[in-house]
Amino acid sequence: MRNFLAIYMKEMRSYFVSPVAYVIAGVFLFLAGYLFRNILMQFNFFCLQFSQRAQYMQGQMPNLNLNEMVVTQFFAVMDFIWLLIVPMLTMRLFAEEKKSGTMELLMTSPVTTVQVLLGKFFACLSLYTLIVALTLVYCLILEAYGEPDWGPIWSAYLGYILLGATFVSVGVLASSLTENQIVAVLLAFGALLLLWLIDWSASFAGPTAAKILSYMSIIEHLQDFQRGVIDSSDVVFYLSFVFFSLFLTTRVLESRRWRR
Amino acid sequence: MIEVRELSKIYGDVTAIENLSFEAKKGEILGFLGPNGAGKTTTMRILTCFLPPTSGTAIVDGFDVQEESMEVRRRIGYLPELPPLYTDMTVESYLQFVAKIKGVASAEMRSRIDETMERTGIAHVRNTVIGHLSKGYRQRVGLAQALVHNPSVLILDEPTVGLDPKQIIEIRETIIGLRGDHTIILSTHILSEVSMTCEKVVIINNGRIAGEGTPQSLMAQLNQGDVLRAHIAGPREQVLAALRAVEGVVDVAEDGGGSDTEVVYTVTAVSGEEVHDRVARCVVDGGFRLKELRNLDLTLEDIFLHLTTETEEEVKV
Repeated sequence: MRNFLAIYMKEMRSYFVSPVAYVIAGVFLFLAGYLFRNILMQFNFFCLQFSQRAQYMQGQMPNLNLNEMVVTQFFAVMDFIWLLIVPMLTMRLFAEEKKSGTMELLMTSPVTTVQVLLGKFFACLSLYTLIVALTLVYCLILEAYGEPDWGPIWSAYLGYILLGATFVSVGVLASSLTENQIVAVLLAFGALLLLWLIDWSASFAGPTAAKILSYMSIIEHLQDFQRGVIDSSDVVFYLSFVFFSLFLTTRVLESRRWRR
Repeated sequence: MIEVRELSKIYGDVTAIENLSFEAKKGEILGFLGPNGAGKTTTMRILTCFLPPTSGTAIVDGFDVQEESMEVRRRIGYLPELPPLYTDMTVESYLQFVAKIKGVASAEMRSRIDETMERTGIAHVRNTVIGHLSKGYRQRVGLAQALVHNPSVLILDEPTVGLDPKQIIEIRETIIGLRGDHTIILSTHILSEVSMTCEKVVIINNGRIAGEGTPQSLMAQLNQGDVLRAHIAGPREQVLAALRAVEGVVDVAEDGGGSDTEVVYTVTAVSGEEVHDRVARCVVDGGFRLKELRNLDLTLEDIFLHLTTETEEEVKV
């Protein structure tokens, strides 16, 4: 536990001592804010339109739901931004250590590979969670002027943390494969994008393959969370995905030891 | 303290080291000498549990590097060729991090870090970011990193490489100051370093041990006959003939020196005889002028070249 904390604190420190954390939080929040504003304006426009037509509709008002039309939409665009950003958070985790020779320090110290890996993984996930948590401000704005349903919002955030853990685990794996950070970022980005779009090919595959392909899609499982449903099968999917990626990473890191 | 038995490491088709065996006793400084690519770093990486050996065993402080890796790691301090530094950390926070992962107890942390910084002469830069330090200071921080948990064994891979002469002397003195408390293995391709700091030398070439012993014993082993360096002014042919005629002289070679009238000769003579006097007399008697006459001691350089070229010939055969 002490070793894990030492690595975790070191990684957190390095995110916050360098401009990385601030630049990423700044860029993300700016983009997210811009998108949120537009989604909100659009919703306002709809509301206005429908209220003007209300008299012709004779009480048959369409269901203008704040959660569905603003929150869900907002979350749907946010996950794409994260797909771009997370590989940049994870790229240096192992690649830099390998390049600068500090991997030799870690691997000749009395710490296990798992302790190093989990320290780095949770540090990166914490930074992600912290930045995601800042978007709660937008939901508070909705609360101030409307009546959003907080249940689906909280479950969406839970889904977001699980999705983030998946992204980070893939990024960590990519970073462990190379000592070049650009290669790490591209590998992570490529793998995530593929896992994102994998259910597209499901439409042209046979019934069994289609099921498997759409199950593999990392984004598919997020939709339940956004609707306010916490399905244990989705949770299991994300957790087992993370576990598997991290397991592969430990194999990669230790491969040096069994390559005789 | 350190026992290496028949250690081999093969990377694919390349044999990095082959059947290495050597020992280092407690408190000793062992010099690991060899040209670049001889297998020094590979051996050190095996000793520090960074790489597994292909075959053979290495025992550090009673623990096998493969079977009880964690115990070994607790007991060694390792300075790789490239010091493993986090350039965005300050010296002190870096040492705190290393002390934590090396398992230094929280209660001792403060005193261990202070003592290490004192010993390696970096206490006054403790709040400086490592990236802003000069190469010499980075090397010292690297050394401090290896020392912070007070390990019984220190493994230093080319600790003076890339430093200026003053820094080299300082680092060397620091290392000599550690003698006795720690068993030290130090690799280098600089021979003078070994004769200055080490009690024992292992010469390694092409992954094999080419020679082993104290610097003195290695020199004695190869010191066959006296070699003189004579700088003489006089007609070349006459001088050569006169020198060859001297009793006890085995061989005379011209070492160059330029002109026809002034040449530096290397005179090899039978060991033990006082050839000096006779050479000097012969020069005076012949009417030449003697500008310099001195004994050439066989240096570690010569031993090194001798041993490493010998093994190369063996390999060719």
